[in-house]
Amino acid sequence: MIGLGVGIDYSLFIVTRFRQLLHEGLEPRELSPRDGMTAVELPLERLVEGLARLAERAGFASASLITAVDHHPKSPRFRLVHQLWSVDHADRVRIETWLDDKEPVAPTVTHIWPGSAYMERECFDMFGIRFEGHAGLKRILMPEEYDHFPLRKEFPHQGIEPDRLYRAWERERREQFFERLAEESR
Amino acid sequence: MSERSDSLRTEVLEYERGASASQWSDDPLHGELMTLNMGPQHPATHGVLRIIVTMDGETMREVEPVVGYLHRGKEKSCESLGWMKFMPHTDRMDYVQPLLNNVAYALSMEKLACVEVPERAQIIRVLLMELSRISAHLIYLGTTGIDLGAISIFFAAFKEREAIYDILDAYSGHRMHNTYIRIGGVYADIEEPVFERTAEFLKTFPAAVDDFEKLLTGNRIWYDRNRNIGVIDRASALAWCLTGPNLRGAGVEYDVRKQEPYCGYERYDFDVPVGTLGDCYDRYLVRIEEMRQSARICRQALDLLRKTEGAEFLAEDRRYVLPPKGDVHRSMEELIYQFKIVTDLRLPKGEAYVPVESSKGELGFFLASDGTNKPLRCHVRAPGFLNVQAIPMLARGRLFSDMVSLIGSLDFVMGEVDR
Repeated sequence: MIGLGVGIDYSLFIVTRFRQLLHEGLEPRELSPRDGMTAVELPLERLVEGLARLAERAGFASASLITAVDHHPKSPRFRLVHQLWSVDHADRVRIETWLDDKEPVAPTVTHIWPGSAYMERECFDMFGIRFEGHAGLKRILMPEEYDHFPLRKEFPHQGIEPDRLYRAWERERREQFFERLAEESR
Repeated sequence: MSERSDSLRTEVLEYERGASASQWSDDPLHGELMTLNMGPQHPATHGVLRIIVTMDGETMREVEPVVGYLHRGKEKSCESLGWMKFMPHTDRMDYVQPLLNNVAYALSMEKLACVEVPERAQIIRVLLMELSRISAHLIYLGTTGIDLGAISIFFAAFKEREAIYDILDAYSGHRMHNTYIRIGGVYADIEEPVFERTAEFLKTFPAAVDDFEKLLTGNRIWYDRNRNIGVIDRASALAWCLTGPNLRGAGVEYDVRKQEPYCGYERYDFDVPVGTLGDCYDRYLVRIEEMRQSARICRQALDLLRKTEGAEFLAEDRRYVLPPKGDVHRSMEELIYQFKIVTDLRLPKGEAYVPVESSKGELGFFLASDGTNKPLRCHVRAPGFLNVQAIPMLARGRLFSDMVSLIGSLDFVMGEVDR
């Protein structure tokens, strides 16, 4: 009986604490990980420090993926996701950071895992997130002269002027051809 | 301090100049850097990879891969098409192993929806995945062989690959883009003709692998062009985010099938081959042994399939799982379910990532759902993308002819790199 009483008491205590937290404005995470992976949120200014510590002390010797999620109409909008991988412990962990809406900037982690360079370049290419300290941050999948960031939610699926660069190239080629023709006939 | 480092630098420069001058004294091009463009249409780049190489004579000084020529915006397509309609698109990513991509995508979706996959479906998936792995490794073997001048290995490998295509054709009616994995199971059960063909293939395949080894392993030219080329040690392989055979070639014993089993891999008996030196030759040996182990898994899967004859191969869950096609033709209700799931599937809120051991490394789909019929985010963790990244680090300072074996042995498919 006493055990039951303590159990009920304890559950009431947990429920009250949960409601208290809700009252204080701390909401439960909207997108919970459903694959059982540990997901931690880190503020932007402590991101590099936290990741470096995970790499050095916890054995996360490799970055499994770096990507971003765009929650468009909501604010804050960009969530940067670093998923780390430890061979020694056969473990993975997901570190999330919210970025600024207007100018999403994040520190690079290429000095911890050099292999993250391409993943960060892809993030920049697709979302326009700048990585400070990244040597050679430029577009990787889209052409260099492209003006838009395709994986942002406001970008339409059919693309924005997808053939602009091709048309410019073709025009230039045609002009060159006629110039050469004119020279030869002269 | 700065004075000292300056003097050190001039010393190094003088040393370099002196050493190389004596070494390359008869090379008229020495000292003059030349930029060479390789690709995007080049037979040795296995697709539309472009590599800009700055050369000093025959030595590569700076290497820059340029990717993106095959970018089709697959992730954007997933986010605007919806969950179910994206499944055929996964085939077109790594097109030498479509079924592995299907399974990786289905596993992440099943994690989100908490769908339990029946046992027989898991066995069929394992069988198909291992056949795909063998066929992907055969592509590596054949194309790398032909790039390095070994013509017969190409024909020998493609003969075996043809047999696998015949099996997949008998099973799904397609040779290449199968799309036969569904959320909650597989589209159809394995039937007798497929069974027989697979058993027949598995009977002859080990002898074929022995033949490959006879052609290449002790071959002087193959050995010289692969040994000590593209050497990567354990720590830097991890830091450069390499996975799969490239990582195991460097001596890291990590196989997702063993360490984080999915689809019931813990029930199968197989070994994980590991290299010692981490060069192209070790990666070749790892892949050869992986083919043998895959055949071993296939044999066990066939036995398990015999035991579970007639069992369910698709989960019964009308919220997320498509009804069997036969029922759709007969019942109005099932037709409505089919329509609803294809056009308007809604997965619960949350995120999921399930790693899968593909033939190139760790493949996984990072999916985020906000509860609507369109995914919030679909990110493909493509192993080939990160394999390409390792090219400059491994090629710098080597001779240009090493580039061909390096590209072959890192093993990537541009459809997956560019997505």
